[in-house]
Amino acid sequence: MAKTTSITNTSSRALSVAREWSADATLRLVLQVFAIALMAIIVGFFVQLALMAAPVISSMGVAGFLFDNNWDVAHEIFGAWPLVVGTVITSVIALIIGVPVAVSAAIYITEFAPARLRSTLALLLDLLAAIPSVVYGLWGVFVLIPTLKPIERWVASTFDFVPFIGGAVNGPNYFVAGLILAIMIIPIVSAISREVLSTVPLAEKEAALALGATRIEVIRLAVLPHSAAGIVSAVMLGLGRAIGETIAVTLVIGNAAIIGQSIFSQGYTLAAVVANEFGEAEPGSVHSAALIAAGVVLFILTFIVNATARVLIMRRTVKRVSVADKVVA
Amino acid sequence: MSVFIATSRRRLVTNVLIKSLLLAGVIAALLPLVLVIGYVFAKGLPAFSADFFLTDPTGAFFGDQGGIRSAIIGTFAIVGLASLIAIPTGIALAVYLNEIGKKSKLASGIRYGVDILTGVPSIVFGLFIYSVLVIGDFMTGFAAWKGSLALALLMLPVVIRAGEVSLAMVPTTLREAALALGAPRWRVILFVVLPSAVSGLVTGSLLAIARTAGETAPLLFTVLGAQALTMSFVEPMNSLPLQIFNDIRQPNPDLVTRAWGAALTLILLILVTTLIARFAARRNRI
Repeated sequence: MAKTTSITNTSSRALSVAREWSADATLRLVLQVFAIALMAIIVGFFVQLALMAAPVISSMGVAGFLFDNNWDVAHEIFGAWPLVVGTVITSVIALIIGVPVAVSAAIYITEFAPARLRSTLALLLDLLAAIPSVVYGLWGVFVLIPTLKPIERWVASTFDFVPFIGGAVNGPNYFVAGLILAIMIIPIVSAISREVLSTVPLAEKEAALALGATRIEVIRLAVLPHSAAGIVSAVMLGLGRAIGETIAVTLVIGNAAIIGQSIFSQGYTLAAVVANEFGEAEPGSVHSAALIAAGVVLFILTFIVNATARVLIMRRTVKRVSVADKVVA
Repeated sequence: MSVFIATSRRRLVTNVLIKSLLLAGVIAALLPLVLVIGYVFAKGLPAFSADFFLTDPTGAFFGDQGGIRSAIIGTFAIVGLASLIAIPTGIALAVYLNEIGKKSKLASGIRYGVDILTGVPSIVFGLFIYSVLVIGDFMTGFAAWKGSLALALLMLPVVIRAGEVSLAMVPTTLREAALALGAPRWRVILFVVLPSAVSGLVTGSLLAIARTAGETAPLLFTVLGAQALTMSFVEPMNSLPLQIFNDIRQPNPDLVTRAWGAALTLILLILVTTLIARFAARRNRI
């Protein structure tokens, strides 16, 4: 009697162990299905987008869509060159203004700021990323554009001998859009730069100090060479952000599908055209396909930019600092 | 006599000069934060009133234009549903990446996919959903749940990344101790790993919510926007970002004032969420 009990006991335990293990296998299976589903969704969506964009490619051709300087909705001609140029101009302005500010802020915070202030400054910079794009647009339209206009007029008339500066000044223009983009990329560029700068080995900095270098020389000799690749990749990720930013840009760039004469002219970007013209595009029309194609071009552009950034950042493996920092990145 | 070698004057001057330039960088970076938040408070606060929060926009250009009630509730509904989709999925995938599949091909594929998704502009997510679910062959029309799906895609990479990092911070010894006691993997994950990583997971999720709550572009082509309050996810819905976007473009100062008021409401919601997230991160870090 006692014997049989112990046997059933053991076998039931074995059974429960088996059940536990099969629960493990189930969990693994479920999670794998999740993972595969995610991959399938990404691929599937991309294929769908490409299919939806096909009509414009068949009417314009890939080169025609990308490089024809004629975006004429009424005549169903969709050459996206003015949009591509607008995207490039605004992103370049954003980088020229934003990167020096973001990188010097990152250097100051990691190298000079008193330890007590460091996390507060970092938090404040991160809060810049928490302001929604549409709020930047609101501020841009009603504060930045009217404030900047007289200044832009003065610059345009004083420096009119400089290419792309002189000429008529529009309220909404490439420069305002670039400036807002600069503000929007500062937190990302700065957060990743900070992360990269914090990986510079203390020993290298101390070695430079021991040789009599001033703090700035330490940065030039030890810190920057070590983190250059990482900072470049931070800039690339910022560029990716600038290329794809939509709402703030569409509110302050003027939405004119032409290539402006100067940085103070109205323009358009790939992202802005999608947000602005989507409402008037008939589903299934060539116009709708052209807007989706603009989205595909955006996707590919940001993909190339981000992939380059990843390659650069991989070379110098960045240590993971904290969840919050990583998320900001 | 000092043991320090006197540094040349020129080098000291350069040192101070560049240091001040770097400080100027910090100030220049923080200036827009002060300006934007300052203006939003100054222009948005006058719009606040009981009616502002308790009435729906009427859509009228003149006369009684109404408040932003449907926009606030719509934002909560759309972002809430997006979180319900993205957070459990994201954490499950993070568990897969860190606890189960770690070095498998599938896991590195997912990591790559997440990297790609992180860089995709939010408007492209809107177009994804638009082309498949709004004008696709099977389902047509704008609906709130489609906007939630677009936002969920936007949140997913943030949640997965943050989840993976916080799971990786759970000491291996904890897992080994539990395994040595005979606990099966799923019990270890559910009762040891996840509870230890909870503060990181909460932070990551809240930051993902804060990030997406202000998104406008993915909602434009999916939920479209509406005036009246609706709790139905299969209809177009209002939301704060859409309300602001539409009001900005109205040539009527009263509607612009409503946009500032809605912007202040949105910013306050996002800042509070962000600060709670930071607070959760600081507390109880392993």
